[in-house]
Amino acid sequence: MRTSLDIQQGQLQMPISRRDHTIGSPDAPVILVEFGDYQCPYCGAAHPVVTALLDERASALFFAFRHFPLTNVHENAQFAAESAEAAGAQGHYWEMHNWLFEHQRQLQPSAVMAAAAAIGLDIDRFAQDLAAHAFLPKVQEDFMTGLRSGVNGTPTFFINGARYEGPATLEALTEAVDEFR
Amino acid sequence: MAAGEPAPDVELKASPTQTVRISGLHGRPVVLAFYPADFSPVCTDQLSLYQTAAPAFAKYDAQVLGISTDGVWCHQAFAQQRGLKFPLLADAWPHGAAAQAYGVLDTDDGLAARALFVLDHQGVVAWSYLSPSGVNPGADGILAALDAMTAKAVP
Repeated sequence: MRTSLDIQQGQLQMPISRRDHTIGSPDAPVILVEFGDYQCPYCGAAHPVVTALLDERASALFFAFRHFPLTNVHENAQFAAESAEAAGAQGHYWEMHNWLFEHQRQLQPSAVMAAAAAIGLDIDRFAQDLAAHAFLPKVQEDFMTGLRSGVNGTPTFFINGARYEGPATLEALTEAVDEFR
Repeated sequence: MAAGEPAPDVELKASPTQTVRISGLHGRPVVLAFYPADFSPVCTDQLSLYQTAAPAFAKYDAQVLGISTDGVWCHQAFAQQRGLKFPLLADAWPHGAAAQAYGVLDTDDGLAARALFVLDHQGVVAWSYLSPSGVNPGADGILAALDAMTAKAVP
């Protein structure tokens, strides 16, 4: 009889590094990583919660968002994730990130292009990057890292490396974060 | 059903006209995902996740099979709605017999528990996991088990 494989689940693989888009100081006591999908309504609902949490616990948190597009159910999720990365390449990641979550029903290319222009992006470069899928490998790397970490739906949060199992409400997340402050 | 034991050989309907027998899949890794019921109320359920993760499983040539006590017609509608391309097996009659053979039938409600089994090329259980009620286990354990099996298989 062989012994069972010793496998840990629900542990964040690939810690935050320079490849990630982050908010806060790397020296903050609590590292929060969200895996999300711009077309997922639950992520849309969690977006203002995360924004409020980052506001209320600004000095305690180092936050990163990684892409986990559920491409078989959300037809625009992959495109939206690549759009955020393309905006990020021009130094405007979070503006696009916020716009995408605030306009979840308008994630078609024409609307995203208009948003990119409003944000002040170089539209030619933005369109070229999307057409060439320049950031598809990064989005896929985020996704694979999520799978390997035990992301089990979106949004999934990791607090200091461990999958958070509670609800995505401000009260519950604040309480979970405060345990590490 | 512990690691190292041969997986019980069951034959279940995958559609109104097709059946799948576990022993017929020897030669490649098999992932059995028992789950309580089709149409869980969240948009990102375990089975949808496994479909999205299909390219990752394909790297191991692993065959993923979902198993619940729902019938074939229900499975068909569920697969269609969620875009699931891998087979969903109907453990409908005798009700829950496969789940029982694997020791994961919840006899209070007659539903399969959320349990994962990764079988090696010979149909031996390499890893199994019983998820706490209500927690979607994700795919990390499956991928780590497939990794460990692949590492072992290298001569």
